[in-house]
Amino acid sequence: MIPLSWYLALSAVLFTIGVVGVIIKRNAIAMFMCIELMLNAVNLTFVAFSSYFNDVTGQLFVFIVMTVAAAEAAVGLGIIITVFRNRESIDVDDASVLKF
Amino acid sequence: MITGLLFILFAGMAIGCAISVVVQRNPLYGAISLIGVFIALAALYLTLAAPFIAAVQVIVYAGAIMVLVVFVIMLLNVEEEVNRPLRLRALVPIGIVLAALLAGEAAFILYFVGASVSETINAAASNVGSTSSIGTGLFTEYLLPFEVTSALILMAIVGAMSLARRDRMATPTAAITGGDSTPGALAAPINLRIAGEGANAEFSTEAVGRAMAQEAIRKLDAKKQRVEEE
Repeated sequence: MIPLSWYLALSAVLFTIGVVGVIIKRNAIAMFMCIELMLNAVNLTFVAFSSYFNDVTGQLFVFIVMTVAAAEAAVGLGIIITVFRNRESIDVDDASVLKF
Repeated sequence: MITGLLFILFAGMAIGCAISVVVQRNPLYGAISLIGVFIALAALYLTLAAPFIAAVQVIVYAGAIMVLVVFVIMLLNVEEEVNRPLRLRALVPIGIVLAALLAGEAAFILYFVGASVSETINAAASNVGSTSSIGTGLFTEYLLPFEVTSALILMAIVGAMSLARRDRMATPTAAITGGDSTPGALAAPINLRIAGEGANAEFSTEAVGRAMAQEAIRKLDAKKQRVEEE
């Protein structure tokens, strides 16, 4: 049996890659995909703990996290389309009117 | 032994595809790499004895959500990212120091704290990952979060539709100029306003009809003129 810490380490690595992507990417859709990556890293932690502690609660939470991710995808892509329609670009540096 | 090999295989695939998501400049290639991450994670869920979550991962994430993302990438015709000068360059060394600190903390936890916790608690032959156990949990103990989730999805549908909708003026214009790619198509909204007698007039079917008629007459005239010239 694989030790639990392997899964946790993999999850941490995936989450870190996602954070780095959100920080260094300037394309709104690419940032969005990196957020999905972070959500998946957390899901892996949930399922690993659920499996190792023999408790189904973690997998139920994964189910709900997936639902939230789907809702986020729908709304986020709607926002991206609106920004693109107004600015002809989805570069986040171009949408900086609210920034001081 | 075989599970260890499977873990290393799929973990490597997940990390490689994740790095590819960040490194790729074309968002479409990034999306394909992200699908690779999702598939690898689904396989890892199978090694963790969670077949239902693995199936949902493939269907919902790799299926529905990524189709939506790829659809938007295609719709917006996103070009490759351009290299821009980095703002706040002074913060780069601070970022490196903080990243090293974080990696050190993670290593400390994994090697020293993690070693003291007894691992492999897993009892074999349980039905924890099965569809029936998830369904039972979802509809008994966690019924309220489940119902709240449905409300959340409803709000997401309404929000997405109201965000992505065009405003009311745009639709009739598109109908009038449909298939017309000449620069004259841009003038159509102005024609529409004139036809509506007052720019702020309430948009009416009559005005649209009149504008369409004017547009048709204008096109017909242009065609006649072209024929005469020839």
